Amino acid sequence: MEMTTAGQASIRRRSGLVFKYLLLAVLAFVIIFPFILGLWTSFLPTTEIAKGSLQGHLSWQNYHDAFTQTPILRYLFNSLVISLIQMAAHLFFASIAAYAFVFLEFKYREQLFYVVLATMMLPFEAEVIPNFQTVRSLHLLDHYAVMVIPFLTSAFGIFMLRQAFKQIPWDLKEAADVDGLSHWQFYRQVALPYSKISLLTLAAYSFLGSWNQYLWPMLTTFSNRLRPVQDGLRQLHSEETATNWGLIQASAAIVVIPTLIVLFWGQRYFKSGLNEGSVK
Amino acid sequence: MISSLRPSKRRPQPQLTPETGSQVTAGIKNFELKRNDKYYAWLFLGPSLLVLSIFVFYPMLRTFYLSLFLTDNFGRPTVFVGFQNYVNLLATKSYLASLQATGIYVVGVATFTIIVGLLLAAVANQKIKGIEFFRTIFTSTMGVSVSVSAIFWLFMFNPSIGILNKLAVGLHLPVVNWLTDPHWAMVAVIMTSVWMHLGFTFLIFFGALQSVPKTLYDAADVAGTNSRYQFWHITLPMISPTLFFVAVITLISSFKSFGLIDLMTAGGPTNATNLLVYRVYRDAFVDGNYALASTESIVLAVIIALITLIQFKLLAKRVNY
Repeated sequence: MEMTTAGQASIRRRSGLVFKYLLLAVLAFVIIFPFILGLWTSFLPTTEIAKGSLQGHLSWQNYHDAFTQTPILRYLFNSLVISLIQMAAHLFFASIAAYAFVFLEFKYREQLFYVVLATMMLPFEAEVIPNFQTVRSLHLLDHYAVMVIPFLTSAFGIFMLRQAFKQIPWDLKEAADVDGLSHWQFYRQVALPYSKISLLTLAAYSFLGSWNQYLWPMLTTFSNRLRPVQDGLRQLHSEETATNWGLIQASAAIVVIPTLIVLFWGQRYFKSGLNEGSVK
Repeated sequence: MISSLRPSKRRPQPQLTPETGSQVTAGIKNFELKRNDKYYAWLFLGPSLLVLSIFVFYPMLRTFYLSLFLTDNFGRPTVFVGFQNYVNLLATKSYLASLQATGIYVVGVATFTIIVGLLLAAVANQKIKGIEFFRTIFTSTMGVSVSVSAIFWLFMFNPSIGILNKLAVGLHLPVVNWLTDPHWAMVAVIMTSVWMHLGFTFLIFFGALQSVPKTLYDAADVAGTNSRYQFWHITLPMISPTLFFVAVITLISSFKSFGLIDLMTAGGPTNATNLLVYRVYRDAFVDGNYALASTESIVLAVIIALITLIQFKLLAKRVNY
């Protein structure tokens, strides 16, 4: 009697497990399907794709064409340069500003902080007209600088690092004062090392944010020499789409694969950083 | 004077031991450093304040200023009209249609992103073999940029060679003109946007689920409740701050949608997906009507500022938690 109930329970448990895996598999398939389809077609001859066929001789031809006939590598390089500069600038300028808000004493400190906080409410998308006029009058159009200078700092970064710096025990600052450490020394030797996780989170956030910029580069860059990758894909798409889906899919794959690798590689860390920021 | 500027929340300075010597030197050094603070503050805050002033505050004021004028082809103000641009704008049928379309879009994206993201997180929050693999896949759309997403989905939505219509034919369902039918175009951009948002949303929800104390479920198990009851009465209340956080973040991000619209529908068909940001771009940089675009920008900014304010309120609550 006991045996049968135990057996039934185990069957029930096993069928529950099968159901769980089935659900996981279906969901994973739905999520990943656009990738798979894109990757698959990137290896197919364009003529087959145009016929609506998903079969044909698989080859690297589309990738070869993308690398040789389109400036896709140049786009990637541009994005890499711009994103790295933006990331470094955010880390530096936002961290020193956050330092000032936590460890320096000056008039109107809290008020100024609220001013910075307020900028997080103002969407960049609603300010493109004057910003475009500004960079035009500064003769920055179609230049790397136009994609860097307006984004040298980050109100979000200042906010986040201020929170991080506030976690530093005040005793440490006092001890540093007694030892005669200057603010710069304390910033370099204590504040930054102490806030590594927040800095890394900001770095990832800034890099991805810059990498994904679309509207601003589209308005301010006109030549392939400078175009970052999102705008580059837009360009390729508008030139090629009707005729050459294979090339487009290969280009998209070339763009997405590096970020996916970075994501999977950095996922463990990324998770802990994000959770720290959001689930406190 | 100086002490009154200290932030109130900071913990009080610890009492020093009565070694008067070191106390005095520390005091002197402290005083010297504090006199330096002002210069350091200028140095440290200067760059950020400069950039924010030129590229955030000035343009906001300037946009508002321009919205009170008529402008020429170069975006220079010509005739002062007060709030007439706003009056005209809110009486423009196509603008009201854009507002409505944007509303449908953002609510649609936020709703489905939350439901599917929560489902993914709940399913991934089990201790079974190989679960890491599925978690990785669920996070994957985080690594996909706007352009790549648009290209992947454009291919699937393609009326003649797209997989979705082929599937429809295979299942004897009516074929849909995904991006050329006004209703389906909206569905298509919402689907793509939800897919894009899922990776990030999953990650946040997953973190929240993992932080719910396991003892709560153990106690509920002892009390003999089923998992559905536990979801509604334990999980959901415990993660509700995260739920609101994700809702606000997704709403704001969808209000700013531009790349997706630009690549997939260009605002069409017949303005069905002409969302607010895309409209600003078209009116300013295609049609050269800077006054109109500025007015639309201000409306957009007010909407987003209001939502962000709610977010700050929630954030403050979360910090105090």
